[in-house]
Amino acid sequence: MSAATGTLDRRAAVKALLADRGDLLVISGLGSSSYDVFDAGEHSGNFYLWGAMGGAAMVGLGLALAQPKRPVLVVTGDGEQLMGIGSLLTIATKQPGNLSIAVLDNGHFGETGMQPSHSGLGAKLEVIASGAGIGNVSDIADMAGIERFRASLRDLGGGPRLARIRIAAGEVERALPPRDGAYLKNRFRGHLGFKVS
Amino acid sequence: MDQIAAHQDSATSTDWPVAIYRTLKSFGVAQVSYVPDAGHSKLIKLSHADAGIKTTVLTTEEEGVAMVAGAWLGGDRAVLLMQSSGVGNCVNMLSLMASCRFPLLTLVTMRGEWAEFNPWQIPMGRATPQALEIMGTTVLRLENPDDAEEVISAAASLAYDGDQQVAVLISQRMIGRKKWTKETH
Repeated sequence: MSAATGTLDRRAAVKALLADRGDLLVISGLGSSSYDVFDAGEHSGNFYLWGAMGGAAMVGLGLALAQPKRPVLVVTGDGEQLMGIGSLLTIATKQPGNLSIAVLDNGHFGETGMQPSHSGLGAKLEVIASGAGIGNVSDIADMAGIERFRASLRDLGGGPRLARIRIAAGEVERALPPRDGAYLKNRFRGHLGFKVS
Repeated sequence: MDQIAAHQDSATSTDWPVAIYRTLKSFGVAQVSYVPDAGHSKLIKLSHADAGIKTTVLTTEEEGVAMVAGAWLGGDRAVLLMQSSGVGNCVNMLSLMASCRFPLLTLVTMRGEWAEFNPWQIPMGRATPQALEIMGTTVLRLENPDDAEEVISAAASLAYDGDQQVAVLISQRMIGRKKWTKETH
């Protein structure tokens, strides 16, 4: 159980991941992942999920297929990805080279009282992703690994990628992004040059 | 008797999947995702054969709801194909579409209604319209193959121009009786 527990500070890890982001588009999963992405720097190319538990990777897939020339990064947690675990198989069938998934894995359901998750109880998300057919997987436990992953994101032919990022399980102060879904949608589409109808 | 019924069904319904496909093309649909269903098999084949449509098989229907949202964020119009038994799987994910006013067009082939032989299909089939409506999704019915273009076109306008979530329930009568075995009975 303790094997899954990491030491990386989630805020520092996500901030490093999004440094010099260029034309990166980011989808963040429900819960702390959305707070982390917001805390790293507000950006109109961010779409924060405040619901849709289990759906972050699939929002990322639909976006990646629609925008094949832009790198797309899904930042989510182990619990959120576990609820949509089948989406890893679906993503693998399409092999979108521009899609990357960063799973912030603290082995717990952090938003709901820190119950141990399947990941904390032994499941290995990067191995599951590999078995699903995602060829480019990594298990990251230090900032050097984060830097290597960040540098790979702009290679549009290298995905799909999944990185399990071992973060510490401690509580972090909340940083709350906007919650209005229609606003976030229109802002994101505006970033890509689509007008509000 | 069943053979005659199946023959009549296929005689009247041969081209409705083609009519749906053409209508979706006329609306510029660029992504199709699906959980397979026999009633959708022709449309799925047409979609896979079309290089202008990115076609994705799902492990479960709610994946497709989230995918439609992502497609729209990126400027693609998408359609989700499923059977009525999958509608129940989508209920919470429909919150995403309502909260963000994402367009959703889903085409649902019905089970559990017309000449259903499997009692296990009936509860979800009966609850399908309500399961959609409780989440704010507009429900349209396609009962007659000749109406395919008109109904799909109306649903697509409601979704893509009106920013609504719309489901078209395709009558089991149009799909025909399921042949349970290769022997006639």
